[in-house]
Amino acid sequence: MGQGKCCKAGEGLEIRFILIQNRAGKTRLAKWYMQFDDDEKQKLIEEVHAVVTVRDAKHTNFVEFRNFKIIYRRYAGLYFCICVDVNDNNLAYLEAIHNFVEVLNEYFHNVCELDLVFNFYKVYTVVDEMFLAGEIRETSQTKVLKQLLMLQSLE
Amino acid sequence: MPAVSKGDGMRGLAVFISDIRNCKSKEAEIKRINKELANIRSKFKGDKALDGYSKKKYVCKLLFIFLLGHDIDFGHMEAVNLLSSNRYTEKQIGYLFISVLVNSNSELIRLINNAIKNDLASRNPTFMGLALHCIANVGSREMAEAFAGEIPKILVAGDTMDSVKQSAALCLLRLYRTSPDLVPMGDWTSRVVHLLNDQHLGVVTAATSLITTLAQKNPEEFKTSVSLAVSRLSRIVTSASTDLQDYTYYFVPAPWLSVKLLRLLQCYPPPEDPAVRGRLTECLETILNKAQEPPKSKKVQHSNAKNAVLFETISLIIHHDSEPNLLVRACNQLGQFLQHRETNLRYLALESMCTLASSEFSHEAVKTHIETVINALKTERDVSVRQRAVDLLYAMCDRSNAQQIVAEMLSYLETADYSIREEIVLKVAILAEKYAVDYTWYVDTILNLIRIAGDYVSEEVWYRVIQIVINRDDVQGYAAKTVFEALQAPACHENLVKVGGYILGEFGNLIAGDPRSSPLIQFHLLHSKFHLCSVPTRALLLSTYIKFVNLFPEVKTTIQDVLRSDSQLKNADVELQQRAVEYLRLSTVASTDILATVLEEMPPFPERQSSILAKLKKKKGPDTATGLEEAKRERSAAVNGGPEPAPASAASTPSPSADLLGLGAAPPAPAGPPPSSGGLLVDVFSDSPSAVAPLAPGSEDNFARFVCKNNGVLFENQLLQIGLKSEFRQNLGRMFIFYGNKTSTQFLNFTPTLICSDDLQMNLSLQTKPVDPTVDGGAQVQQVVNIECVSDFTEAPVLNIQFRYGGTFQNVSVKLPITLNKFFQPTEMASQDFFQRWKQLSNPQQEVQNIFKAKHPMDTEITKAKIIGFGSALLEEVDPNPANFVGAGIIHTKTTQIGCLLRLEPNLQAQMYRLTLRTSKETVSQRLCELLSEQF
Repeated sequence: MGQGKCCKAGEGLEIRFILIQNRAGKTRLAKWYMQFDDDEKQKLIEEVHAVVTVRDAKHTNFVEFRNFKIIYRRYAGLYFCICVDVNDNNLAYLEAIHNFVEVLNEYFHNVCELDLVFNFYKVYTVVDEMFLAGEIRETSQTKVLKQLLMLQSLE
Repeated sequence: MPAVSKGDGMRGLAVFISDIRNCKSKEAEIKRINKELANIRSKFKGDKALDGYSKKKYVCKLLFIFLLGHDIDFGHMEAVNLLSSNRYTEKQIGYLFISVLVNSNSELIRLINNAIKNDLASRNPTFMGLALHCIANVGSREMAEAFAGEIPKILVAGDTMDSVKQSAALCLLRLYRTSPDLVPMGDWTSRVVHLLNDQHLGVVTAATSLITTLAQKNPEEFKTSVSLAVSRLSRIVTSASTDLQDYTYYFVPAPWLSVKLLRLLQCYPPPEDPAVRGRLTECLETILNKAQEPPKSKKVQHSNAKNAVLFETISLIIHHDSEPNLLVRACNQLGQFLQHRETNLRYLALESMCTLASSEFSHEAVKTHIETVINALKTERDVSVRQRAVDLLYAMCDRSNAQQIVAEMLSYLETADYSIREEIVLKVAILAEKYAVDYTWYVDTILNLIRIAGDYVSEEVWYRVIQIVINRDDVQGYAAKTVFEALQAPACHENLVKVGGYILGEFGNLIAGDPRSSPLIQFHLLHSKFHLCSVPTRALLLSTYIKFVNLFPEVKTTIQDVLRSDSQLKNADVELQQRAVEYLRLSTVASTDILATVLEEMPPFPERQSSILAKLKKKKGPDTATGLEEAKRERSAAVNGGPEPAPASAASTPSPSADLLGLGAAPPAPAGPPPSSGGLLVDVFSDSPSAVAPLAPGSEDNFARFVCKNNGVLFENQLLQIGLKSEFRQNLGRMFIFYGNKTSTQFLNFTPTLICSDDLQMNLSLQTKPVDPTVDGGAQVQQVVNIECVSDFTEAPVLNIQFRYGGTFQNVSVKLPITLNKFFQPTEMASQDFFQRWKQLSNPQQEVQNIFKAKHPMDTEITKAKIIGFGSALLEEVDPNPANFVGAGIIHTKTTQIGCLLRLEPNLQAQMYRLTLRTSKETVSQRLCELLSEQF
């Protein structure tokens, strides 16, 4: 079956990278689950920005990207993008994005772009609690927030 | 909960970030950063020992600078120091820095691993978590070597905290993906399966991912996971919406876990145990039922989460393909989505229905939605949705609706997006042929295709219409009449001139009785197009003219006049000139009988010989070694009007080999259909996939033989021969794979598949079309692979071939020799330049050296030939020692070009070589060195 598609289909749910970008293309988070060199990362960031920003609300939240697909959702000026295999479950990732955004919103009390800039090192912690090794690690907002609060108290 | 204020805890960092944000220009930003870097450097070098807080702050600033896109070449040691801090925040910044700026410096790796080891042993769940996340994020081989044995123990130990278990499970998954050989299966595997029963749903969520990946590779060992997954799923779907508390998302119980469990079940066939099977069917039915219930919330999150589970359920039902009732219900559900107001759902329903259409149980149910799908084609605003509609129409097409679907696709083609036109043309051509009852319809359809989208009609499509017309005498008169009429249009596509020229040359006599299409009128009609056509088409028309001389003696002198004119006889194009000279001579000297013999009607093409499905299969696939010569011979035979039946292509158009050489002019491969829809062509026609065979014995040796050459036999056993011919230019390439059936029996379900690992997929893009699933005894099938090197790569794709021979199933895998050096462009340079560049590439990472024993006699000429075959230029008189060989070249990838220098120093006494590669990229040096070392 994989023939023509040229490559064997997926290994279960696996995220290749997560990007948060603003409309101007500034990266607010880049989390890579595959090895890329720095040039390649920069290129991917630009390509994702180019394919996502031209789409409007009437379009789907999915877009084919190289041999993969991007599931994305826009929140105010920020695009949250997840790159996954073509046969992965689109809606599951779309809601994983939303779940992540709700956690950020709670954690930063009405999150805005600047929170992500000034607290970039904390955003990585939030990501690692919810996604690890390209997989969904924890989906319960209560559990994630409880853990984040506990870590916060260690500061 | 306390809100996190801006950069709290590290004031200096917040100030720095604010400063950067306030910079008015890029220059100002760089200036501010350089100032900060100097400050940090002096702090790190200063006599005063820094406290943990300062160290953390500076390391965090360095990280911020790196994330802005600037290089950081110090601070690694300070970051590693932070790892051994006892404060969480310091440790966290240390680990973050290490994870983001992985450095393969061996000294540091040892220190990092040491710190991780301490944290794993600390029994402090927070520290253990940080350490596990670091391993999962870096996932290097060194880490796998150090920890792959330890992590399974943490995972299954009774006293491990839940959150640590979650991290350990996914950490292990990462190591298994990067270094499967280092993760030993053992007692822990059965205990991991039982994590599916764990009370903590977070642990189950993480463990399910691990188990799914392990089960894909070791299905037997993880078989027990099926019944556990079913019972877990059953408990979730039957729970009340409040039962799962934390794990209920917008009234949907544990949607992500449900999806993961359903994917795990897709690693296996339907459960054999009737009780388990019954329970699973109940679950699937419950999920389908819930889809019909009124929503518990109007929020899109609710419906998305619910539908994520539903779509995964449908995937599992399609995967099992055994319950007609469920398949039809799934289809009806998707049918409702086709008209949903959410674009996402319409898109996903079209996509999912495509796979349902190929199941015998649901094909009919899918067909009932044809009107909706056609409507989608006309009204959807998002091109990707329209694309899915085309895919689905193609998938649901059968004899009963072919006329309607083809007509709709043709009318859509008039306005279709350029990006998908070629694919629609192919689909229409395939459907028209496959479901033609009446061949006049087929002829009309193809001519319409040429009229509407001539530029997108590939050779294979118009060759095929000619083959079919030649083979079916009931349609020949109609075809002649139709092309004659179509050619009346003042502006018609060149492809139509080709088809028209060919068909009138063969069958123009069938309409010559009508005074409106008398021989002279036919000739003038064709000749009126002549001057606007390209050389290959004009060559074809010249062949038509000589056929006319045979068919219609009355136009002989008119045609001779044309052939005799200066614009033909003295044409600058050798091919046209030769044809004109030879045809003119033939028409003059040959008797009517000889002329009739030479220009006899084309014999029928052997049936089943070709189909556009096997788009690139040629009538006589050129022999692997002598393809070029043979194609030339065929071509000249046709030019000379030899009686030998030549394929349509040979008489008139660039031969396959000419096409190969015209690679540079060909549009780049990725312009073709996108990968997912390309796959569809096969999904419909191939059997369900079987496991891929291990590499055939000798595959590695054969692979190595192709590093320095492009053509030859890749594999041969008693049944099958696989030959290769390839051409590379810059970062693009094209490989012709020839599959020869050495037996006298047909191969059935013949399915070659290209398999790339995930890493390779990102760096090397391969596109191919499926081949005809039947290979006749003694026949040869050709497949073309378009190759694009996106970035440098190390692994090679695997070619897996499965087919039935007699009653037996055959499964062969070979490594396909697409190697990095194929994208070499040789560079000539003088000695001075060479050594200057050599010195510029003197970083330790840029150089890779290998000293090895000669495996073959050390012959200077052979060595030279191999270096040239490798792709680099061989530079003479550059190395002061004439016994040494030096080479230079550029590796072209889509993203970048990498300059490469190489030096090979033979030592005859010791029968050894020393090979040195210097390139601007470590991985490239490494790979080229590996590849070339194998050659001597």
